[in-house]
Amino acid sequence: MKVSIIQFPGTNCEYDTRYAFEKLGAATEIVWHKETAVPADTDLVVVAGGFSYGDYLRSGAIARFSPVMKAVETYAARGGKVLGICNGFQVLTESRLLPGALKRNEHLHFISRHHHLKVAGNDNAFLNKLSKGDVVNIPIAHHDGNFYIDPDGLKALYDNDQVLLHYCDAEGSISNPNGSVDAIAGVCNASKNVFGLMPHPERAMEAILGSDDGVAMLEGFFAS
Amino acid sequence: MKAIVNVFLKPGVLDSQGKAVHHALDSLKFDGVKDVRVGKQIILELDAADEAAGRAEVTEMCESLLANTVIEDYAIEIVS
Repeated sequence: MKVSIIQFPGTNCEYDTRYAFEKLGAATEIVWHKETAVPADTDLVVVAGGFSYGDYLRSGAIARFSPVMKAVETYAARGGKVLGICNGFQVLTESRLLPGALKRNEHLHFISRHHHLKVAGNDNAFLNKLSKGDVVNIPIAHHDGNFYIDPDGLKALYDNDQVLLHYCDAEGSISNPNGSVDAIAGVCNASKNVFGLMPHPERAMEAILGSDDGVAMLEGFFAS
Repeated sequence: MKAIVNVFLKPGVLDSQGKAVHHALDSLKFDGVKDVRVGKQIILELDAADEAAGRAEVTEMCESLLANTVIEDYAIEIVS
């Protein structure tokens, strides 16, 4: 399993992401944003978290035009699997590989804490090691994680089983930290090969760090 | 040619910053404030053959980069 991790100026989660996937047995490569091709034999592209281009203008708005993103778009169009975590999710919505947009958190604070998530969609290449309704505990760390999509788009997400995760409490009741519509924490595209979520599963790989629930999430990609 | 672009969240989209500013104005006793929206202004100096060409180019800039048209509207003013 080969995971290629995209690195923009300002990305800061690429090393944690590498650690997480190597812990699960993958070979990894960190790919600088100026590269014009996704490395050969890549099974999964991860657009890592951080503050690409300082979140200037809008989070991910400038990164989406980096040379490497043309290659990622081609890779995704061919059915290649792409995972965007946090800033990566923002880059993917800006490049329209994922629907919707991420806005400033409703209460305007940067939120940095563990939060529970309830699995809504597991019939995909990502969350297939979890069951619907499973509750996982994963760190969130974002200022602009407020997922927005218009009512028609929201209906389409549900109709096509594109909603991956909702923010919830430890018992699985909805608990929305940032104003996201329907407390949605992650979505995928209609063809279910591009995934995005605001929480950081790569920061939940070892119990000593507060949760290892990220293991079961990322392991899903290894199942094919 | 100078172009002034104003970018705002679309009317139906919750503007949390606008709300926060509104509350702050209320506590500063500015009682007549009905609504506040906070946006951003981008000022461009560019070469263009004429106003139409300039406006067309800036429109393309807005559609691709300066505004996220999923959640934002933009308005272009050309100041020649």
